Order: sequence, then structure tokens, then C-alpha cells
Amino acid sequence: MHAYANPTRFLAIARPLTPWLLGLGIALLLVGAWAGLALVPGDYKQGETARILYVHVPSAWLGMGGWTALAVAGLVQLVWRHPLAGIAARAIAVPGMVFTALCLATGSIWGKPTWGTWWEWDGRMTSMLVLLFLYAGFVALTMGDEGQRQGGTLPRGAAVYALVGAVNIPIINRSVVWWNSLHQGPSITLRGSSIDGALLWPLGLTLLGFSLLFGAIVLMRMRRIIADNRVAARLRRMADEES
Amino acid sequence: MKPKHQRLILALVALAGVAGAGVLGASALRDEAAYFRTPAEVKAGKAEVGEPMRLGGMVAAGSIARQADGVTIRFVATDGKASVPVQFTGIVPDLFAENSGMVADGRMRADGVFVADRILAKHDERYMPPQMGEMPKNMKLVPGE
Repeated sequence: MHAYANPTRFLAIARPLTPWLLGLGIALLLVGAWAGLALVPGDYKQGETARILYVHVPSAWLGMGGWTALAVAGLVQLVWRHPLAGIAARAIAVPGMVFTALCLATGSIWGKPTWGTWWEWDGRMTSMLVLLFLYAGFVALTMGDEGQRQGGTLPRGAAVYALVGAVNIPIINRSVVWWNSLHQGPSITLRGSSIDGALLWPLGLTLLGFSLLFGAIVLMRMRRIIADNRVAARLRRMADEES
Repeated sequence: MKPKHQRLILALVALAGVAGAGVLGASALRDEAAYFRTPAEVKAGKAEVGEPMRLGGMVAAGSIARQADGVTIRFVATDGKASVPVQFTGIVPDLFAENSGMVADGRMRADGVFVADRILAKHDERYMPPQMGEMPKNMKLVPGE
């Protein structure tokens, strides 16, 4: 693990990996979207509106997975002080927030024709909205701070914030089990799926496609932060030599 | 002990503390964070007459009856353990149907009828193609039961 914490070694892997993740992700998304929108039948009860799940479920997964990664990065930075952990956390925050917002938006669009309401304050929706606010708080905490220009490390407060915010992730996951909610219970559990196989397989494609796309975006953002740091370091050196 | 290990132990202890607090908070919210009450809870006396509340349950098979005025419906909400008659005047969502979940905003009347002023349809976790669209018998509405 230490070997990859070095930005130079990281770049040697990230550079060739990015186009592969990006290309494969977009290809899977195109196939998955075509299959989900055109090929498979609608749901027996909801009809065509059910198709929004091919975007909604991957968005929820990436919003929650993004914060989990943010918390792990926060822990790695606090304990091991790896230079890449802070860079990774900074790179993940905005895409994670975008997917969380996408999850809320698609859920709302689905909720109106299905439930008869755009928004209700039930456990699942409220905890997901809290996740969006947590992301916004993290972005605000790490925007334009000193660490951004000094190797990308997080302010200690932001790393602790990422860890504490992770408490919300199991709450989102369990909200429909612990509390009576308007949102339905989990469709896909360890015991199997209550989404019929005929409707399920495009979800696998879009889930993987969005995940690879997310990975590519994070790698690109990490590379950008590293490049920015190098520029800043070089400018500092040049300024020192001149004076 | 190396500082690294000290930090790791500190972080893990703090994490366990925060997770514990989260679990305690969530379990304390068990009743408060519920979006609706079930017919069994209503029968157990958790609903006062006239108090605004939400009632959630399955619409019992064959129970939807349109009243003479043409815009009022009556049906029975059930959770398998108890059932509550519901009366509603207005437009229901497309997915409101017998053998299907619903959540109603309203209040209990003294005669034991729940008078709703809004009805939402609750979708369950099953998705299937139309040709398979028969309701399995063992439907559950309230999670964890």
C-alpha cells in the first residue's frame, strides 16, 4: 500500500488506467441505457416509470459509496498520513455530491407518478438529503484551504468530519428497515433480488458503467490536483531562486 | 508504541464511540422517525381521536367501495394483524389499488373510521415484467415483519 501512496508511482498507474475506465464505463452505460429504456419490458404495475431505476440505483450507490471512500481516505490521512489520501478525498467529494443530487432528483421524479408526491419527509429521503448536505459541508471545508496548495492533505477537521459523517451511511441503508417509510424496502439483498431477472440485467450494466465512470472522474481529478501541486511547488522554487 | 499506532487506536475508539452514538440515536428514534402508523398500532391505542397522523397499510381485497356522492371512497387498511376502515374524498394516485400499499394523511374519528385528506400509494420492492404481474400471497408491507 505504501508503494502506491507515492504520487509518482500512482501517476504511472492512473495515467494509462483513466482512458480504459472512461471508455469502458461509457460503453457499458450506452448498452445499459439502451437495454433499460428500449429492450426490457416496463414493470407490471408502474409501467414505464420503473425504468428510472437504471439511473436512480447507481446514483444512490455512488453517493453512498463515495462517502464511504471519503471516510476511508480521512482515516488513512489521520492515521498513516499518506499524501494520496487527502488528494483522493478532495477528488471524490464533488462527484459524490453530484450523484447524491442525481439520486434525489430521479427519486423525486419517480415519486410523483408512483406515490403521488414529489417529496415526503420519510426516513430514506431525509437521510439521503442529509448526505447531500454533508457533501456540501465537506466541499466548503476543503475549498481553498492551505492544504490544497501544499500536497493536497486535508485539514484535520475535514478528515474527522468525513469519518463522523460516515455514521449516516448505515442509517440511509437501514432507514427503510428500522422505520416505517414511504420508500419501499430493499429490492436487492443478500438473499436475492425481488427485481425480476428480465428487468434486472440492464441495472448491472448501468451500475458497473456509472461506477467505472465515477472511477475515471476521480482519477482525472486526482491527477489534476497533483499537477496543480507540482506547478505550485515549481513556482515557489523559481521564486526562491530569483530572490 | 509508535505514534502511528496511537493514532490508529485513537481513531478506532473515536469511530466506535460515534457509531455507538449513531445506533443509540437511531433506536431512540424508532417510533418518532416512523413515517406512518400501522393498523395494529392504531388498535393498540397509539392514535388519539382527532390527532393528525398518517396511517399506512395494505388496501384489503374487495374493500374499495365508492360512495353515492361519486367522489368519496371507503376501504379497509390492513397489516395482517388488524384493520382500520378509511374514508377519503378526492383523487387517489394511479397506483392506489386493492392488495397494494397506501399511506393516508388524516385523523381518527370517534367511530373508529380514519378520515383521510390525502392518500399516497406505497410501492413495494418487487419489479417484474407485465406477464408475471400476479400478486404473490405473502406480501409484506411493514418492513422487518
